[in-house]
Amino acid sequence: MTPPRSGQVIAPDQAPPASAPGSTQEDDLRVVGTPFRRVDGWAKVTGQTRFADDLTFPRMVHMRLVRSTLPHAFIRGIDTSKAEEMPGVVGVLTGKDMPEPFGVLPVSQDEHALCLEKVRFVGDPVVAVAALTEDQAADACSAVTIEYEPLATISSVDEAIETSEPLIHDYGDEGNLHKKISLQFGAVDDGFAQADEIFEDVMFYEGSTHLPMEQHAAVAVPEGGGRITLYTSTQTPHYVHKVLATVLGMPASRVRVIACSVGGGFGGKSDIFSHEIVAAKMALVTGRPVKICLNREEVFYCHRGRHPVLMHLRTGFTKDGAMVAQHLKTALDGGAYGSYGVASTYYTGALQTVTYGLPRYRFDSIRAFTNKPPCGPKRGHATVQPRFALEVHLDKAAQRLGIDPADLRLNNLLPPDSITANYLKVGTIGLGACIQAVVDGSGWRERFQSLPHGRGLGLACGSYLTGAGLPIHWNHLPQSAVQLKLDRMGTVAAYCGEAEIGQGSDSVLAACVAEVLGIGLDDVLLCVGDTGLTPVDLGSYSSRVTLMVGRAAIQAAERARDRLAEAVAEKLDVPADRLVFAESRVFDSGNPENGMPFAEAVQRAEEKFGALATTGSYAPPRAPGRYRGSGVGPSPTYSYSASVIEVEVDPETGLYRVEHVWIAHDIGRAINPVLTIGQVEGSVYMGLGEAMMEEQVFRRLPKNRSNALVHKVPSMLEYKSPTFHEMPPVTTYLIEDPDPEGPFGAKEVGQGPLLPIMPALANAIFDAVGVRIDQVPIGPHMIRKAVEDKAAGGDGRYGPKAFPDIDFGVPLMVPTPDEGGDGRATNSEEAGVRKGSGTMADGVRKDSKP
Amino acid sequence: MMRLPVFRLHQPESLSDAMALMASSDGETRLVAGGTDLWPNMKRRHQSADVVVSLNRVAELSGIRGEAGGEVRIGAMTTLAAVAASPIVRAAYPALARAVESISSPAIRNMATLGGNLCLDTRCTYYNQTEEWRTSIDFCLKEGGTICWVAPESPRCWAVSSSDAAPVLCALGARARLVSPAGEREVSVAELYRDDGIDYLTKQPDEVLTEVVLPPSDGVQMSFWKLRRRGSIDFAVLTAAVALRRDDDGVVSEAAVWLGAVASAPVRSEAAEAVLVGNSLTAEVITEAATASRKVATPLDNTDFTLQWRSKMVIHYVEAALREIAGLEQERLAPNHAM
Amino acid sequence: MDHYTTATLRVNGQDLRVVFPTHHTLLEVLREECGLTGTKHGCELGECGTCTVLVDGEPVLSCLALTAEMEGRSIETVEGLQDGNELHPLQAAFADLGAAQCGYCTPGMLMAAKALLAENDDPSAAEIRTALAGNLCRCTGYHKIVEAVEWAAGVARGEADAGPAREVLFGASVPGEGS
Repeated sequence: MTPPRSGQVIAPDQAPPASAPGSTQEDDLRVVGTPFRRVDGWAKVTGQTRFADDLTFPRMVHMRLVRSTLPHAFIRGIDTSKAEEMPGVVGVLTGKDMPEPFGVLPVSQDEHALCLEKVRFVGDPVVAVAALTEDQAADACSAVTIEYEPLATISSVDEAIETSEPLIHDYGDEGNLHKKISLQFGAVDDGFAQADEIFEDVMFYEGSTHLPMEQHAAVAVPEGGGRITLYTSTQTPHYVHKVLATVLGMPASRVRVIACSVGGGFGGKSDIFSHEIVAAKMALVTGRPVKICLNREEVFYCHRGRHPVLMHLRTGFTKDGAMVAQHLKTALDGGAYGSYGVASTYYTGALQTVTYGLPRYRFDSIRAFTNKPPCGPKRGHATVQPRFALEVHLDKAAQRLGIDPADLRLNNLLPPDSITANYLKVGTIGLGACIQAVVDGSGWRERFQSLPHGRGLGLACGSYLTGAGLPIHWNHLPQSAVQLKLDRMGTVAAYCGEAEIGQGSDSVLAACVAEVLGIGLDDVLLCVGDTGLTPVDLGSYSSRVTLMVGRAAIQAAERARDRLAEAVAEKLDVPADRLVFAESRVFDSGNPENGMPFAEAVQRAEEKFGALATTGSYAPPRAPGRYRGSGVGPSPTYSYSASVIEVEVDPETGLYRVEHVWIAHDIGRAINPVLTIGQVEGSVYMGLGEAMMEEQVFRRLPKNRSNALVHKVPSMLEYKSPTFHEMPPVTTYLIEDPDPEGPFGAKEVGQGPLLPIMPALANAIFDAVGVRIDQVPIGPHMIRKAVEDKAAGGDGRYGPKAFPDIDFGVPLMVPTPDEGGDGRATNSEEAGVRKGSGTMADGVRKDSKP
Repeated sequence: MMRLPVFRLHQPESLSDAMALMASSDGETRLVAGGTDLWPNMKRRHQSADVVVSLNRVAELSGIRGEAGGEVRIGAMTTLAAVAASPIVRAAYPALARAVESISSPAIRNMATLGGNLCLDTRCTYYNQTEEWRTSIDFCLKEGGTICWVAPESPRCWAVSSSDAAPVLCALGARARLVSPAGEREVSVAELYRDDGIDYLTKQPDEVLTEVVLPPSDGVQMSFWKLRRRGSIDFAVLTAAVALRRDDDGVVSEAAVWLGAVASAPVRSEAAEAVLVGNSLTAEVITEAATASRKVATPLDNTDFTLQWRSKMVIHYVEAALREIAGLEQERLAPNHAM
Repeated sequence: MDHYTTATLRVNGQDLRVVFPTHHTLLEVLREECGLTGTKHGCELGECGTCTVLVDGEPVLSCLALTAEMEGRSIETVEGLQDGNELHPLQAAFADLGAAQCGYCTPGMLMAAKALLAENDDPSAAEIRTALAGNLCRCTGYHKIVEAVEWAAGVARGEADAGPAREVLFGASVPGEGS
């Protein structure tokens, strides 16, 4: 493949002519590919970065929320009269003050800023109180009384399947099942008939939460003239903006959302939260700036994290380990609201096809409503759970087929430039190189199955989107945009709606602009994440920012460069295509002495064209799938990762220690290698947390005594996240094979490297002590139990026993590309749109307003 | 932000002033040492106070006196960091140093005190929650409720004694000095505790724990092992503290085997001690003693990890502590990269 | 009825006379009365290390330190780390290696690391991990933090060749590619 050249719009169909001004060869990249200090680094180490809770405004008051103490109940009465009389109180709001429903997905408009008639989990917000101090607001909250009529609670998928009454919501596909999906790609039964061996597994992936160090915070500021500004800790200011306008009933043009620096996101700040809307409403009602900062327990209630998922995986293999057909069933415990859940449900099936060749594939799934905080996207959004199942499943298959697990994978790699059975268009695939790197680095060939009892190696792979191919609100608008302003002082200001959440998006934006214009990173001034001043970027989710913002930035910068080149060419009397932009100068490549400083180039262009501003934007290419549900899974390009984990296990106790992690990531090109490695290491860390200890779990009290259903561990102490001591050494390999869709060839890195970690650990434990733990997190008691079981003649397995019996009805039948399919389903009528259904593609919402 | 409730604060500079303030203050009055236990509890509204008397400025309560080989006195207000760093403690009572060094995090150890750790409120996952959370379960027997949710049929509270210093000091036969306006008394550290999650200390409300007195350590061999999820921050869910003397033939003449975090008070395993005394520390004797120790542990489902597994671990951790003293190869794996 | 305390706090070498509610912790007073919002908070219960500041040179959790007890003691926060416009070697290394990603745990990490370097100018990686083990970070996986502290220690010792290994900046050499 031809590596893309710097500064070009890389998509072949959009590429400017080769003689474009300022084109440089790959080797000439000056910023991209260099480890540079992140552009927000100085502020972050000096304490100068302002997170939302660091803001203060004149006349600012403080807000707190009264949250439900019941898991499921009708609200029969709310008495705020005492609270209103408390010292310092300036405002009290209840659900009826904001009755408009909302939800991040158009098909799941099922939340209210404050609960209206019903509460659906312990922590659901009911009343808001604002006072002069936070102490006063908290005291006043204690004086609020709420009368409830308790309802039966649903705590699990099984209970949701069994219990059709009471309904947690009055919409959904069936009873308390929010979503039910059945998709079949190709003649799956024929595929299984061709199999030499068919293997089945039932696996469970426990829920976990993001646990950002920063608790969510927001400050709403009334601006006069019917305008409101919300400063908030969000990954998605654009979506917050849309929902604020809707719920507040205001023209969107009067609403401005500013994403503050986010103190850890991981998907947990990509939804729209009650406190954001309520703070804005409170500001409008009181006419004063209103701040709220959640306490840690409330952050656990916001959640929107990893769904607990039970999975059943059945795969047909040939003797030499090729997959001929697969049937995956998933059951998601969604919690009390829709959130991103419909997308999550599809994501548990969507990316099973992008790593290894899979000619025929069936996917069935349900998402249940339960009386717990809503689940949503966490790093690797719902592709993590089925990836765990698939990679452990493959490890077992390799063992049974007598094939080395690395070879099983290498032999079955999906070829580059494939269209998968479920119509995902995959371009470059660096997975083979990733596997090779970790196999070589770890000494896999010599050491796998050869280490002393108690020590083992495990291998697993993964893949992730580099940006969701489709926006949440279906439209044909750009998904990212950048505006550049250049002026006679030589300043280049870049405006973009992206939100820096620590992943380095500001640095990527600055690097792309600086690279194209040949200026220093510090010459680029950023204005980001401000829906009032910056053009829309959809936000920091689905690993979309580097690619989409990068592409938009390159386009804007190239347009600026063209303008400058035209003016400079005239001035220097040199053909524009001979001009080079580098070292903050513009000069003749044939005679570098003949040139001018960048600032002077801007002046010449300003003389010639007037004030200078350019724009760039990006929308992903259209994916080939045309069936209902095909909107989830497409991406401009996919990243790949492979990992080998070495573990030491004490079979007597079940205690284990991760000794080393080797990980290789197909990055396309690292815009900034040191930040890229940081994302890889951070993903490994978070993956290990989920593999070893993190659980968002709930506790019922004895049913004969209590109706309670509470979060078991809503604290930093008892929700276990790894410390320095649990983090093993990590060897990171960056596999650079520039992708034609990515800016300078770059793919994502924020999420993908998490995916192989959990299955690699489970596989390593098997190599160490010969037991299979088919669920995460892997507690020492599970290993000990499996070891005891094996010693007693059992199968030495710890994990879920069975997948519930669910009638998925007639699947939507989609012939595969190999079968001559065109991406459409052949039985849309028969499989039907379920009444009240909530697929993204349905585009209907039951409770939609005219 | 979680904030403290309103209270008045006194910062006396002498013990007598502190006791006078305790006696004379109106309303509910509490003592605070390092604050690392009381402040979180007050923020979660487990405990309240109209008046808090801080011992922070009472210099006479800080410091370590004595020398290795003799009696050693540690002031109750000595920080855990100071105890762990003390050359005397490290030389004469290495198990105490190890226990104290393992408590929570470095910053906490710079604030928390030895006296505070001994008086640490018992812990339970139904109790160490915010007031709002506890409202959701209609509270529990320990605070505001009528049922112990860990064992609903039980008339008592099963919150867990989570002090790491306590089992070691019990095993070492340390004594605690308690001072009140009426006078002072010394009790063994073991006698400081009561097997009740609510009323877990025998100390009277007007008594101040002022000092821990460690007997000479000559010839005592000791060890401390601790189980918890993470190598830092976490409270123990099981500790094993062992102290023993062996005669010249290597036969155990005295033994003290104590477990922490498996009941509402540190518990002693006399059965394990009986196995040890009169025998040499062979691998077989150690396993037998460790197996015997399990009976006194009553872990329940109110800490991290499953209770069945924690119960099994008692044997392994007592065994590990004894093997360390015996100089036998350690078979158990530490679950993290902590030093 | 709130009770107030008036006290002189020595913060980053400056005496500040402040009036604050007696029940407010050092965390609250630094952020709300002193305007020093560099000190962050993640739980306010002593469970995460985010609010770490130095008191008389030692790391302390400001969420559990009662301000009224701080009179006469020397308090250092992240705002006091710089020397003029010069970053402290720890700050520079954290910024350069991406040891600060979201940056939220960073002030607490920096202060804990500063205390470590004050008593041990050449700490091993294990000693760094132990000293910082009370500070949780969710972004970095901790390695870049350890590497930054090692680098800063080298700079502080005046070593001309102090700096991260190539692997820290670019990743490990891919086996077989020879570089």
